Parts: sequence; structure tokens; C-alpha cells
Amino acid sequence: MTTAEGLTPTTTPASGTAHLAEGRRRRRRSDTLRGWIYCSPFLIAFGLFLIWPTVYGLWMSFTGTSLAGTNTEFVGLTNWIEALGDPNVWSSLGNTAWFTILSTIPLVLVALILAVLVNIGLPGQWFWRLSFFMPFLLASTVVSQFWVWMLNPQLGLVNTALGWFGIEGKAWLQDPSTAMIAVVVTTVWWTVGFNFLLYLAALQNIPEQLYEAASLDGAGRWRQFVSITVPQLAPTTVLVLVLQLLASLKVFDQIYQMTGGGPGGSTRPVLLYIYEVGFTGYRLGYASAISYIFFFLIILISVAYMVISSRRSVKA
Amino acid sequence: MTTATPATPAMSSSHRAAARTAEAVVSTRRRKPLDPFRMVAFVILAVLAVAWLVPVLWAVLTSFKSEAEAAALPVRIIPEGGFTLDAYIQTLSSSMVPRWAWNSLLTSTLVTVITVAISALAGYALSRLRFAGRNVITMLIVASIMIPGQILIVPLFQLMLSLNLVDTYWGIVLPQVVAAPMVFILKKFFDQIPIELEEAALMDGASRLKIFWSIILPLSRPILGAVSIFVFIGAWNNFLWPFIVVNDANLMTLPTGLQTVISAYGIQYAQNMAQAVLAALPLIVVFLFFQRQIIKGIATTGIAGQ
Repeated sequence: MTTAEGLTPTTTPASGTAHLAEGRRRRRRSDTLRGWIYCSPFLIAFGLFLIWPTVYGLWMSFTGTSLAGTNTEFVGLTNWIEALGDPNVWSSLGNTAWFTILSTIPLVLVALILAVLVNIGLPGQWFWRLSFFMPFLLASTVVSQFWVWMLNPQLGLVNTALGWFGIEGKAWLQDPSTAMIAVVVTTVWWTVGFNFLLYLAALQNIPEQLYEAASLDGAGRWRQFVSITVPQLAPTTVLVLVLQLLASLKVFDQIYQMTGGGPGGSTRPVLLYIYEVGFTGYRLGYASAISYIFFFLIILISVAYMVISSRRSVKA
Repeated sequence: MTTATPATPAMSSSHRAAARTAEAVVSTRRRKPLDPFRMVAFVILAVLAVAWLVPVLWAVLTSFKSEAEAAALPVRIIPEGGFTLDAYIQTLSSSMVPRWAWNSLLTSTLVTVITVAISALAGYALSRLRFAGRNVITMLIVASIMIPGQILIVPLFQLMLSLNLVDTYWGIVLPQVVAAPMVFILKKFFDQIPIELEEAALMDGASRLKIFWSIILPLSRPILGAVSIFVFIGAWNNFLWPFIVVNDANLMTLPTGLQTVISAYGIQYAQNMAQAVLAALPLIVVFLFFQRQIIKGIATTGIAGQ
């Protein structure tokens, strides 16, 4: 920074002020250039790999583009109209919503229960954290491999263990009535550790005095949990819930790997349908239109959330 | 109540608070005598923890069986013929797992280094430099957090085609380096570094870049570590994008490579499990060594970033 160099204590007050103002002006001008230069590596990547695809994808949804890049002519709303009338779009959106509901509830509740139990401070802290958090570090492929093997109808541990109790197992992943549940169980096992950590962090931020005061007033453990822990955790619960909803809506990996969307499309989420239409059906224009319908639904949910939470904070 | 979207400034759970919280996660050591309540809790926790480990243990057990024993009925927990390393020897000598592990390491490292470098530089500019366009950039970055990257696979693939990056390492790496939340986390951290440190250096004639490099970055080591861990784990485990952009088996990462093996030879159970265990091993070993730092990194980034 060159502008500050002339500033020495020996300058007279008047010239010093002028100097300072001039220096500030020059610094501001050079700051603009510098600011853009420092931001440019990020902005170039940001523009190229995020903004451009977002805009280009919208354009593609109005064209008949195929994977070979042919047929790029404008087709207007054809793709959109077709998508809105495509039962597979609706069923895959339905599956996505169903997966989101089924997975979010246990992913929040189980995380809370695990965090509360670990936070009691029992011996073996590193072991608890290792057990519950480690699956989060595994790649989806590894997780899917483990669980497909656990759920293998003849050779899997689940059915073998059920057999010890005389219960006959099922082909969990091949049966439309249980495939989604199996995927949800796998997902809870895999990712609950992240929410668990967020809850654990929040629990340890609750002031100890609150509990001390409550137990002086004769409140039991359950009463303390309901009247102190749960309200104190409310902001974290909202955070975990929103993050989880957004993550669950984007489900793809484990379903693609475990069931391929089957049986009979009963577990196929919308992202998998987009992938199928675009990359195995070669209809990129149509896939883009479905992507955007999904995108708008996510934005709707986000906006609804923001409206609700801002209204609530106004009330509070 | 704080809102959870990074979009609103109100939510900025102060970074220091997040760091303190994260510190607390790793450092509780409350030892109290065992009363009945704590004993019950201990038993429940132990059962749950073991249940959580079962799928991993079952996979490890299978990987040490021979193929015949792994597929034998009735299922035996301990194989009659004893354990064998066959599946591992087979996997390491004749499969592409080592190659994929190398690809994963290379691409994840590149993603991490580039992401942290460009995000820190941008975060610093947004935090410290007052320049025209700053607010527009900040708003754009924040708004972009709403865009789910997964819906971009179609246009992104087209872009990669026209840039000739399909089936290349850079094709895997480049789209992953855009991490708007990380810019935001770093900016918030830089905001809290006292400006006086910098002004003194400016007076001494240090350049901005020098200040960034020798004052700001050293002071930001904890947050840089946290962000790096978060980005690295995400890149190491990323499936969808590498799966879309790479078809050449020589360039696949571990998650995508393993997927092709499952579809190609679905019946070699012991080998499948050995491969999955080998793929899981690097991060688990790293985790065992750096448990504190990793948990802290995840908690800090997870809280502050959201």
C-alpha cells in the first residue's frame, strides 16, 4: 500500500489533513481494483460453474437438446408442458417428498436422543462419538455396499438375525412395500452423525446454571429436559431441520446404488429421473425442464420457511 | 431466534461462539459417580453404539472370508475354514482400487487447495476492502447458496463437453471449487480479526497481499483447517458429479469406481466387502488420528456456515 507512506508525524496539521483525504481517496480507488482482482478467481469459477449452468439450463429447458448436442432449436414450452403431464415426474417428486418426510423425522429425533445421551457425560466419550459419527465419513458407495449386504435376502445379517428369533425376513430392497424404508434406515445410519454433532455442540452451550437453578427448585430430570433443554435447543432444531430437509430433497446416491429407483420406480427420486431422462434417455432439454420444476419447488419451500420464520421473529 | 439461512445477517451466530461451541464438543470430561439413571443411560448408549457399528463389523467379517464361505448357507458368523486375506490380496493385486484411491486423493486435494485459496482471497476482499460492487458480489454469493448444485448436472455436463473436460481430472475438480458458504464463513472470521493489526502494517508500507499472507492467514489457521476438512471430506465422498463427468475407469474416484465393480461382478461378496472396507479405511484412519480436529471442524463449519 503506497498511499500511507507520506504520512509522517512531522507534517503540519493542514497539509496532513489534505494528505490524509487524498490518500484515502487514492486508497479507495485502488481498493476497488484490488477488490475485484482478489475476488476474480472465485468469481470466474462462480460464474462459469454455477451462474452460467443455471442460466444455460433454463435456456436448454426451452430447447430439444439431446446428449449429442443436436436439435438445439427453440421449442417453447413443449418440455414444460410435457413434464407437467408426465406421471413419472409426479411420482418421482412424490417419492422425493416421501423420502424427505420419512428420513427427516428420525434424523432429527435420533440425533437429539443420541446427543442428549452422550451429553450426560458417561465414560467412553470418544467411543460414542466414533460410533455415531464415523458413518458420516463414508462415501455413499461404501454405505450402500454395506447395507445391500446387510439386507441380502439369503446371506444378509438382518435376515439371519431375524431367523434366530424364528422371524422370516424379506427381500427388503426388492419389495415395493419395504424398499423405501430400507433406504431410509440406511440414510439415518449414514448421516445422523452430522446432526448429532450439531446438537451436541448446542447442548454444551446451555449454561449449567439453568440446570442448577432448576434442580434447586426441585425439578426432576424429565422436567429439566422439557423446560430447559428443549427450549434452549430450539434454534438448533430449526437449523438442523432446515438443513436436513434441503439435504433429503436432494437424495440420489444411496437410492441409485441400492435400488436403482426400483422396484417398479417405487423409490425413484426426482434427481434420479432427471439423470435417467438426460443421460440414459439423451433428452437434455427435457431433463432441464424437470430440473427447473424441482428447483422452483425448493425455492418455494425456502421462501415459505423464510416467511414463517420472519413472522415468528416479529412476534417474538 | 436466529434464522438458518446464511442469507440473513441476523443469523450470523458469531464465529467465535461457534468455535467455542466446537471446542466444548471435544473437551467435555464430566465424570460423576454412577447412579441408577446413569447406568440405564449407559446401557442404552452402549446398545445403540454397538448397533451402529454392526454394519461395519459385518462387512469387515465378510471381507476376511473366502468367497465360498461368504456365499455359504446357512450363514455363519465365524467361517468354518477360518479367516483369509484372499479378498484383500485379490483386490490390491488385480483390481483398480489402488488407482482409484490415488485419483480420489489427487482430485480431493486439488479441490480443497483451490477452494480454500480462492474462497479465502475473496472472503478477505469482501471483509476488508471497501470497493464498488462489493455489496452486489456479497448478495450474489449469498443468493447462490439457494441453488442446489445437483440440478445443474445437465447444463454443467454440456459445458464440460464444450470445454473438452469430460473424462479429465480437471473436469472432476473445477465444478467442485465453487463453495459460496465457505467464502461466507471465511469472511465472517476475517471480520473479527482486529483491523488495527492491519493498519499498523499498512503504515509500515506492507502490501495488501503481504498482509493477507503473513498476518491474516496465520491468524486464521483454525478456520482454514476446519474449512479444509469439510471441503476435503465432501470432495472425497462426492459421487454424483464424478459419476457424470468420468467414464474412463482409469480416471474414476473411489466412490464411482466401486459402483462400476458392483454392477459388473455383483456376486463376489468377500471381494466387494474388501473393496468397500479399503475405500472406507483412509478417512477412518485419518479420523482416528485427528478426531478432535475433525469434529471441531465439522461442528464449526456446520454451525457457522449455516
